[in-house]
Amino acid sequence: MTLKGIVRRGLAAIVVAAALALGPTAAPAQTIRAVMHSDLKILDPIWATAYIIRNHGYMIYDTLFALDEKGQPQPQMVDHWKVSEDKLTYIFTLRDGLKWHDGLPVTAEDCIASIKRWGARDAMGQKLMGFIGEFKAIDEKTFSLTLKQPYGLVILSLAKPSSNVPFMMPKRVADTPPDQQISDFTGSGPFVFKKDEWKPGEKVVYERFKDYKPRQEAPSGTAGAKVVKVDRVEWIAIPDAQTAVNALLAGEVDLVEDPPFELFPLLKADKNVGFANVNTLGNEFTLRLNHAVPPFDNPKIRRAALMALDQIDFLQAQVGDAEYYKECRAMFVCGSTFATDKGSEGLLQGNAAGARKLLQEAGYDGTPILLMHSTDLSVLTNLAPVAKQLWERAGFKVNMVDMDWQSLVARRAKRVPVAEGGWNVFITSWVAADVLNPISSAFIAANCEKAAPGWPCDATLEKLRDAFARETDPAKQKALAVQVQERAYEIAAYAPLGLWYKPMAYRKDRLAGFVNAPAPLFWNLTKKGG
Amino acid sequence: MIGFLARRLLATVPVLMVVAVVVFLMLRLTPGDPAAVIAGDSASVEQVAEIRAKLGLDRPLLSQFAVWSGRVLTGNLGESFFFKKTVAQLIEQRVEPTLSLSLATIVIAVLVAVPLGVVAAHRRGGWLDRVLMGFSVLGFSVPVFVIGYLLIYVFAIATDWLPVQGYVRLGDGVGRWLVHLILPSSTLAVIYIALIARMTRASVIEVLGEDYIRTARAKGLPERVVLVRHALRNAAVPIVTVIGLGIGLLIGGVVVTESVYNIPGIGRLTVDAVLARDYPVIQAVILLFSFVYVLLNLLIDVAYSFFDPRIRY
Repeated sequence: MTLKGIVRRGLAAIVVAAALALGPTAAPAQTIRAVMHSDLKILDPIWATAYIIRNHGYMIYDTLFALDEKGQPQPQMVDHWKVSEDKLTYIFTLRDGLKWHDGLPVTAEDCIASIKRWGARDAMGQKLMGFIGEFKAIDEKTFSLTLKQPYGLVILSLAKPSSNVPFMMPKRVADTPPDQQISDFTGSGPFVFKKDEWKPGEKVVYERFKDYKPRQEAPSGTAGAKVVKVDRVEWIAIPDAQTAVNALLAGEVDLVEDPPFELFPLLKADKNVGFANVNTLGNEFTLRLNHAVPPFDNPKIRRAALMALDQIDFLQAQVGDAEYYKECRAMFVCGSTFATDKGSEGLLQGNAAGARKLLQEAGYDGTPILLMHSTDLSVLTNLAPVAKQLWERAGFKVNMVDMDWQSLVARRAKRVPVAEGGWNVFITSWVAADVLNPISSAFIAANCEKAAPGWPCDATLEKLRDAFARETDPAKQKALAVQVQERAYEIAAYAPLGLWYKPMAYRKDRLAGFVNAPAPLFWNLTKKGG
Repeated sequence: MIGFLARRLLATVPVLMVVAVVVFLMLRLTPGDPAAVIAGDSASVEQVAEIRAKLGLDRPLLSQFAVWSGRVLTGNLGESFFFKKTVAQLIEQRVEPTLSLSLATIVIAVLVAVPLGVVAAHRRGGWLDRVLMGFSVLGFSVPVFVIGYLLIYVFAIATDWLPVQGYVRLGDGVGRWLVHLILPSSTLAVIYIALIARMTRASVIEVLGEDYIRTARAKGLPERVVLVRHALRNAAVPIVTVIGLGIGLLIGGVVVTESVYNIPGIGRLTVDAVLARDYPVIQAVILLFSFVYVLLNLLIDVAYSFFDPRIRY
């Protein structure tokens, strides 16, 4: 055989082998392949707060209560519940037929242990636990919770939709000390986590839990029927956004949770690609001032800072397309139960002259503001330069320091003067569901060194938050939420910079049935083809 | 030769020790806090401090170094801060994709570049030589990710001939493994083709002026035999050097290529670990890279004596 013949035969053999190998594979018939916003690294949704861990939690765990699309709490694992006349004792009865992934029944003891572990980690849970006197398992499916004094947020706390979500776990798992990660991932949710197929940095695999018993009501928010209509869900880790979009266009994946805005034109040009904005409440850009060090230890200077800022400038610079942003000065999110504009009058509308005047009154001495600029998260990159420009227009001196997000996170924890490695300002973004009320919103807490970085210290605000928590009448709760916001603006606790929306991109020739919720949910989704 | 090998292998120990110290210090002096990353945005300062203590990051640097180096000496690379997996397990999972990509790249680069370089040398000054050298300048200049996205657009999105991304393990089918490697390895090979082709051309041109080439031609040997058996063999030492250095440089190249093509290899593991400040993983990967680099240099030196029997150790 000649050399040419050998080469020709060799090439033919490779082509045939490739064709055979590319043929039908043993993959299950119905698999949704999704590219999430981040790779899943930690698997304990109570121990850590990253959104990807929360999303993982929604796959494999269930909750006692959940918020529907209108933000109202609805029973989920709970069948029925009642409150005593004095509003001190809550009795919950679980639905029939609830099972853990290992086949054992879900019991009242499991739920009590789960609430206790969550209550030790989560800020809203800690608040709730402060009011709880005792838990009691009445029978296998019923337990009671007795408060030391009335607390208005018991059900809202148990229905908390975002990090940390009070997910239920078997007692043996929930008994893990709260400061340690769990190593048993048995849940009772609609999907089972396939630990043996989990390849960090590559993919996470979930299978439908065949014994899951969905509710009868239609799915709404994180509440209602969680009917899984596919066999399997794979979260494929593709860190490069362009590659993820290319994979969607080529049909190699079905869904990209977080496509960058700049690639939307590319996606919109493909007739098979659709957009699903499931997080209808949106996300909120937030600017945090450091109350603990000069010059923002002066409330007048903080007010001047908020007066100089303009939401629309931030939104246009970062999002661009008006379809995906909304001006909103309500600290508890426009369109939600506690939404109000009160207190924001004259703020966040770019009043440079007013800010300059207030600065002079406050005796601003020209101390430069150290503004931390996160340069590696595309969703935040354009915001800090806008703040710098708006503040300089009003007479502030601004020292904008570029850094990656992890450096920013490390530096913002330092409660020391700027000269010793501290800071004055940073900008971040929340899922709006995290900030729906004065207790769950982390930046509104003003309990000094115990507050989130920025450390506002205001006894009036804390009293109002406390009164809100104790109030059980919804109308009075709303009135207190208004007062909380007014006070928060008065002391310039932080600056909401507007809402933005990020729809998921998906193959509309294959997927249907998205449920609107603050987190991407995979129940109710149908898929055409394998 | 055995003495030489033993001496060189022993010399890797101090090199790795220096690397270990430098990497450890650089990481600790870089801003960033893995505990804050793990805890997430909503975590309180106390929670972050608690995690920092769990990871041992609140101890003095010297104590942290002593614990880590003690473990490494016993072959224990530690556990990732993020995944509840050992670093060895994580690296083990990522070795095959990177090795496959590197090997495929080198095979493509050598198979394409060496003949091109020889032909360019043979046709020195002609249009083919100019085209090939023009291509090699382009290969040097265009960034890997640009070539990657271009190839993806043409061969995956526009024509649907090849997959856009991903990696299929060899055990899951040779054909699928090969098909998923074609685009990434071709992308990564471009710069090495440019590098090796230029070196081959220069080296062969030099050898073609030697007396023994004139003698071979005078004997009436066909030009192909003159080029391959006499010119290329004698020009091999610098070519082998550049191939060996190229393999070393691949370590950097795979980082970008693995990201563009979503190949879960060592390169992506490194990037992810750096972004998250996963110290045990970064330290282990850099130690591994250093060891591979030292080993490669040793192999190149050994290869010299194969191509040039006059070289003896």
